[in-house]
Amino acid sequence: MAEVHTPALLLQGAVYLGAAVLAVPLSKRLGLGSVLGYLIAGILIGPWGLGLIAETETVLHFSEFGVVMMLFLIGLEIELDKLLELRMPIFGMGGLQVLLTIGLVVALGLFLHLDWRLALVAGMGVAMSSTAIAMQVLAEQGVLAQPSGRSAFAVLLFQDLAVIPLMILLLVIAPGTETATGFHMDWLAITKAIALVVVLIVGGKYLLRPILRYIANTGLREIFIAFALFLIIGVSILMTSVGLSMGLGAFIAGVLLADSEYRQELELDIEPFKGLLLGLFFIAVGMSVNLPLIMQQPWLVLGLGLGFVLLKLVLLFGLARGFGHKSQDALLFALTLSQVGEFAFVIFNAAADARIFPDDTASLLNSVVAISMLTTPLFMLAHGVYMRKRLNRKSARHDTFEEQRAVIVAGFGRVGQVITRLLSSVGQPPTVIDFDPNQIDLMRQFGHKAYYGDITRPDVLRAAGIANAKLLILAIDNAEDALETARYVHKHYPQVTILARARNRTYAFEYMDMEIDFVRETFAGALQLGEKVLTELGYSRFHAYRTTWRFRQHDEKLMWESHPIRNDMQQVVVNSLRMRNDLTRILTEEQQGNDRRERINQGWEQVGRPEAGSR
Amino acid sequence: MAQRVLILFAHPYAEASRVNRALLTAVCELPNVTVHDLYEHYPEQMIDVEHEQALVAEHDVLVFQHPLFWYSCPSLMKNWLDTVLTFGWAYGDDADALRGKPWVHAITSGGAANVYQRMAYNQFSIAELLRPFEQTATLCGMPYLQPFLTQDVNQLDEIALQKRAAQYAAWVQALVEGELPPVVHTAHAPQVDFLAGE
Repeated sequence: MAEVHTPALLLQGAVYLGAAVLAVPLSKRLGLGSVLGYLIAGILIGPWGLGLIAETETVLHFSEFGVVMMLFLIGLEIELDKLLELRMPIFGMGGLQVLLTIGLVVALGLFLHLDWRLALVAGMGVAMSSTAIAMQVLAEQGVLAQPSGRSAFAVLLFQDLAVIPLMILLLVIAPGTETATGFHMDWLAITKAIALVVVLIVGGKYLLRPILRYIANTGLREIFIAFALFLIIGVSILMTSVGLSMGLGAFIAGVLLADSEYRQELELDIEPFKGLLLGLFFIAVGMSVNLPLIMQQPWLVLGLGLGFVLLKLVLLFGLARGFGHKSQDALLFALTLSQVGEFAFVIFNAAADARIFPDDTASLLNSVVAISMLTTPLFMLAHGVYMRKRLNRKSARHDTFEEQRAVIVAGFGRVGQVITRLLSSVGQPPTVIDFDPNQIDLMRQFGHKAYYGDITRPDVLRAAGIANAKLLILAIDNAEDALETARYVHKHYPQVTILARARNRTYAFEYMDMEIDFVRETFAGALQLGEKVLTELGYSRFHAYRTTWRFRQHDEKLMWESHPIRNDMQQVVVNSLRMRNDLTRILTEEQQGNDRRERINQGWEQVGRPEAGSR
Repeated sequence: MAQRVLILFAHPYAEASRVNRALLTAVCELPNVTVHDLYEHYPEQMIDVEHEQALVAEHDVLVFQHPLFWYSCPSLMKNWLDTVLTFGWAYGDDADALRGKPWVHAITSGGAANVYQRMAYNQFSIAELLRPFEQTATLCGMPYLQPFLTQDVNQLDEIALQKRAAQYAAWVQALVEGELPPVVHTAHAPQVDFLAGE
């Protein structure tokens, strides 16, 4: 820290906030998620980047408090009953995850003839996942309440619990520690820890709420916030004093308040602090990426980072499958927890302090951890793209088409249904294809049969009998898919007549290019509505009908005229202005009774004129 | 016992027809009289046959009110006749839906009565020109009555028009009360002519 405290602090704050404000929105806009934005911002301003911030350790420790607050907030969301329901995933999945990871890493280390202590400590670090990153990811994916999210959370919770025995183990294996004294210390510490947790639970249950009520009744919001922060910090200090994780204490405090009437208020008040500190934490992680060290042994660092991530991925996926998750859920679960967590920093630094391995090794391992953290946002990005692809592009799977019919209707939504009903009622039931199984099931209840399949796929078209069909009706909602299908069929099956629904002018022009007949989706409906409006305005219904009909004729003419000149915006505008004037003239004349209608009337009335005049 | 009168009205540009509007306004509030505006009901020209047949069944007298277009009725009224008067319902062996129900026209024409005669501008009397309707009525077993003609409409000033409208209302009221105009058989008359009923 600098001698003049305040300016230095403000300066640092400005750098952190500025970097976050610059990097995070950009990262979000690019679809990379906020975590990666923070990490990159950290790398940029860190000692190995622009060097705006020289010292990272303090910040990292301080900002770990963001994780603590996050656990407090998570606790607020979970009532005690629900927590008890999670026993199995917490101890089963979590326990297995930690033990298996440590076991595998140690085995690997021994296989490579490394020191067993180094291998064990590395295993302990690697077993941890980043609560901060994982929870952020789960929240951004909106899967916290889903099976994969719940399991991930349970595993994270166990890792938090496992910190205590792991730290003790660390002291035990440290060179020069007497095994006996080690164990002696353990028992005391464990007793203290258990005692504190009990005190916390009992005290929290009976004291916390009256205090909160008393403070809330003062009506001073900032005091309420101050107390909430004090509570979290206080519990964290108590927990560290007996060697427990701060996060665990905050989590317990949160759970105890989950069913209190102040839950929402606490959430709202703590949320911004949590967000900022968590952001700071990610920045700090970014800063701690030791670029020169990585540059010295880039392949080692990258290889270790990716290797650990891969190892964890496989293990987590298998574990989730073993616990009965669907492969899709298991994949998300594994990806979420695949990075090595912030607690690994603590373990490695503690191990270096205990002279289990040199500082350089700790530095190397820390970089490996940071690298692994970088992978998660990228994984999530890839996962998102993959899921979207899966959703958009249906599999090649399709139902077996029982017979081939002259008419194929693609899409069984609002448009396809009407066409199908119309055709069925005249004894010409079409072959109907849709890629939404729910829609197909729903319509089946009404006695309509449709086949499952993605019409944009040539093989599905073939199976549906496009080669022998007379008509293909494109009634699917996705305008782009419809156009693509039209292009394909137009090219490969020119004998098939295509009828399309065109979303708008742009699509209409595309169909006109191919000389494919189409209707403009909303045009007819809009005209019908307009006709009703005219009637309400006092037009006779036939007059309203004629007016809208004329409007429609005119509009269609305009479209045909704009088609060849559509790329020349100026001409299109000139033409449409001219046409609009024409239309106004026609309809005004009709309105003024100066039109065909009057001419007919006058014509008949004038029939008698010459005769009448000669009378 | 009041006769229920159904006025089937057809004028594609009714809103612009001064005379027909005045006539219709005079009768539309009369009890036992239903005015059925065909162009208002079927702007798209497709006729709901069952609805129309039910409507006819509920009435005792059919009045066809329309301007004379090309020596006949406007097309939607012809369309009505073509589609509603179905075989087995209006005509045919056991068809008796219309039997005995009087059929009568209320017609407006631009030309005066004297242009509708032999050697005159239009060569034929209105009675002769309406013969397809007369035969249709006869085939359906309907008494075909002498029409209510409003002619030379361009010469009708506002006062004359109001007078004519009142006469129309009285004419329709008479139908309700069962006092029917004389039945017409043009096939049996040597010189066929109607007198505008004033």
